[in-house]
Amino acid sequence: MIEPGSIPAALFGGALIGVAAVLMLALNGRILGVSGIAAGLIAPTSTDRLARALFLVGMLAGGVAIAVFLPSALPGAVSGNVLLLIPAGLAVGFGTRLGGGCTSGHGVCGMSRLSGRSITATMTFMFVAMVTVFIVRHLLEGN
Amino acid sequence: MRLVSFLALGALFAVGLGISGMTQPLKVLGFLDVFGAWDPALAFVMGGAVAVTFIGYRFVLARPHPFLGASFDMPSRRNIDVQLLAGASLFGVGWGLAGFCPGPALVALASGSLDVVIFVAAMFVGFLAKDLLVASDAAGPGLHADVP
Repeated sequence: MIEPGSIPAALFGGALIGVAAVLMLALNGRILGVSGIAAGLIAPTSTDRLARALFLVGMLAGGVAIAVFLPSALPGAVSGNVLLLIPAGLAVGFGTRLGGGCTSGHGVCGMSRLSGRSITATMTFMFVAMVTVFIVRHLLEGN
Repeated sequence: MRLVSFLALGALFAVGLGISGMTQPLKVLGFLDVFGAWDPALAFVMGGAVAVTFIGYRFVLARPHPFLGASFDMPSRRNIDVQLLAGASLFGVGWGLAGFCPGPALVALASGSLDVVIFVAAMFVGFLAKDLLVASDAAGPGLHADVP
C-alpha cells in the first residue's frame, strides 16, 4: 500500500501531475493551471465553461477515488476555525487570480517553460508561505 | 473527445495530487515549516512534476499543433509587475494559513469535510472579487485565463 506523502509517493504523484500537464498541452494546447480553469467557470467574461466544468468534475471524481482507496490522503482541513479558513480561502482565490496562477500554472507548467514570470511568482509564494508558517507556528503559537 | 479529455485529465491530476501528499494540509504546513521540524518530502512532488513536464513539453511543442486543437495557446506575457508579486504574496499568505492551494482544496472536497467546503467557497469568492475589483487584460481570459 502506498503511503501518501512519503518520498516515493511524492515523486510518483508528482510525476502523475506532470503527465497530466503534458497531456493537457499535447491534446488541447493548453497550460494546466487550476486557479485559471476554476476561476473561469464563474468569471463574468469567460470561454469554454463546459470544458472547465468537466475538468473540475474529473477532479472531484479523482478525489472520490482517493477517498475510497487512499483515505489517509484526504484528512480534510487542518483548522476548523472558520475565522481562519475564510480569510485563507479569500487570499488564495484573490491572490492566484491577481498573480495569474498557482502551484500548477506557475509552479509546474510555468517553471517547466522556464518562464521568468512563473519562476518569480513561485519563489514569491513559496517564500511568503514559509514566512507565514513561521509567524503562525513560532511567533504566535510559540512552538 | 476534447471534452472527455478534460474530464479524464482532471481525474488523473487529482489522483496525482492525492498520492503525492499535497491534499494533506498538515503535511503541506510541515513542508513549509523550514524554520521548525521541516518535512522535505513534498519537495519531491514539484521535482517529479517539473521533471516530467519539462521534458514532455519539449516533445509536445516540437509538433505543429495539439492533437485535438488547431494551435497551442501559450501565455505570452513576459513582464514582472506589481500585480504578479502582490498576487503571489497574497496567495502565499493564504497557503501558509490553511495548507491548501487551489488544486488540492478542490480534490479535498471529496473528504466530505465542511471546513473544506468553506475554504473552497471563500476561494471562489476571491476569484470573483479579483475579476470585479481589478481591471483585467484587454485580451480577456482564455481557458487558462492569464496564467504565466
